[in-house]
Amino acid sequence: MTRATKTYVSETVSRLQPSGIRRFFDLAASMEGVISLGVGEPDFVTSWSVREACILSLEQGYTSYTANAGLLELRQEIAAYLSRKFGLEYRPESELLVTVGASQALDLALRAIVNPGDEVIVVEPSFVSYGPLVTLAGGVPVSVRTNGADQFKLRPQQIEEVISPRTKALILCSPNNPTGTVLNREDLAAVARIVEKHDLLVISDEIYAELTYDDPYTSFPAIEGMRERTILVSGFSKGFAMTGWRLGFVAAPEALLQAMLKIHQYAMMCAPTMAQYGAIEALKNGEHDVDEMRKSYRRRRNYFVQSLNDIGLCCHLPGGAFYAFPSIAVTGMTSEQFAERLLIEEKVAVVPGSVFGKSGEGYVRCSYASSLEQLQEAIKRMKRFLSRLQ
Amino acid sequence: MKLTEKELEIVEILENNARIPIETLAKMTSLTVEETEVILKRLEETKVIVQYATIIDWRKVDGHEGVTAMIDVKVTPKRGVGFDEVAERIYRFPEVKSVYLMSGAYDLSVVIEGRSMAEVAHFVSEKLSTLDSVISTTTHFILKKYKHDGTVFDQGDQDRRIVVAP
Ligand SMILES: Cc1ncc(COP(=O)(O)O)c(C=O)c1O
Repeated sequence: MTRATKTYVSETVSRLQPSGIRRFFDLAASMEGVISLGVGEPDFVTSWSVREACILSLEQGYTSYTANAGLLELRQEIAAYLSRKFGLEYRPESELLVTVGASQALDLALRAIVNPGDEVIVVEPSFVSYGPLVTLAGGVPVSVRTNGADQFKLRPQQIEEVISPRTKALILCSPNNPTGTVLNREDLAAVARIVEKHDLLVISDEIYAELTYDDPYTSFPAIEGMRERTILVSGFSKGFAMTGWRLGFVAAPEALLQAMLKIHQYAMMCAPTMAQYGAIEALKNGEHDVDEMRKSYRRRRNYFVQSLNDIGLCCHLPGGAFYAFPSIAVTGMTSEQFAERLLIEEKVAVVPGSVFGKSGEGYVRCSYASSLEQLQEAIKRMKRFLSRLQ
Repeated sequence: MKLTEKELEIVEILENNARIPIETLAKMTSLTVEETEVILKRLEETKVIVQYATIIDWRKVDGHEGVTAMIDVKVTPKRGVGFDEVAERIYRFPEVKSVYLMSGAYDLSVVIEGRSMAEVAHFVSEKLSTLDSVISTTTHFILKKYKHDGTVFDQGDQDRRIVVAP
């Protein structure tokens, strides 16, 4: 007798939980007339100049592999961009690597640094991939739970509480998905002191760095002493509205970057060539488009968060990304119940906060990267939903 | 005149959608409705906001398809008033939609809308060419409008994103 097919699956993968977002996706996708605030990506199409540059590269026949680390011209543009925007200096030849989205950059970073059993601190509520990627790299994710009452800011003593002799690294995400919370320079400096004290490495996921609305942005490696301890992960998906291009990058001190490059050259070879040509254009001439998109998100954020508060869902003003993360405590429901009933009864899709970790319970994630008309209609439906509950 | 940051925001938002409810406009700019009203009033009184107009796709309206022509006009400027006087004589005609003073090969660019080609031709030959200072005209008829004042006609701007994503 042959064994059941599923027994071929590795134990690690068998134990991995499928993303909670998936279930919601299936439910929402089966319904008509849904207003989706569940989308974690821009509602803009990539700017035409970027698409046009990509088309041109195809017309000219640039369809072969690039260097493992990515086109040198693109790495030079990334270096210039990091310098001009965040005051960071990375050498294009040895400290930058072009990846298949920030997703692959995160995977590379973790696989390059984790020894079996090493602990990696994940700050919850968090992007759904961190924990599973740590596990797949052979590490153990350890959660730090930030607090809604504290606007989900990461506090240094929270890190200290979970540090053990096996703690290797900390994954930071500012602006955060799902909370939209931005850590300012003082917040980051406080984290840096703990990082230094306990000799940790930081993987700083700055994929939303272009999308902050109130204060100037501080990149973690710009904090004194942190450049040598940081793997900076970023990309084009959010700020440049290029999710489907699958293009990101990682910047790190040479020894770490070369370690990641080793994995990358065997596992991926290189990021898609045509996307790299588009990205060069995005960095060269895309700043104005990004500014316009940022303005548009900011207005929608102001409208949407104020409206949530008006209808009785308490929500802090998130400093970045395109998510509002209101508390649904007034309803007495769990975030899953809330999201499911809102979807079925009013056809508005939001993501239950619990899929982002335990401290996301009692909240839901609403993306305001939807047209103003859709946001207005969503607010109307949510208001009706809430009034029925009373 | 110098606009405040909030005033600028309001103008930018209205330029794209003049029908936005004032409550929404106020929230988008983090102002109260009263503050927004005061700003709007000032912008209207100072004619920064000239008019709240609507873009109509007349091709879709039976019997109103009409024709638009862009006319390059060469004129002799007058001492003391330059091009302004002749420009005014032209823009006062209601069928004239816009008049611009241009650099380059000709002086005024005049946009005319009429019900038919004959009507536009009539206007050019009877009204425009006969003006004293007009030296010559070259008329171009618009065959199709793809984009007008920043708005793409017939845009299939459907949302291609999947409904729930991380
Ligand atoms: C915090 C965070 N990091 C990384 C990613 C992945 O981005 P990319 O499209 O560059 O792989 C996302 C996308 O949702 C995200 O929200």
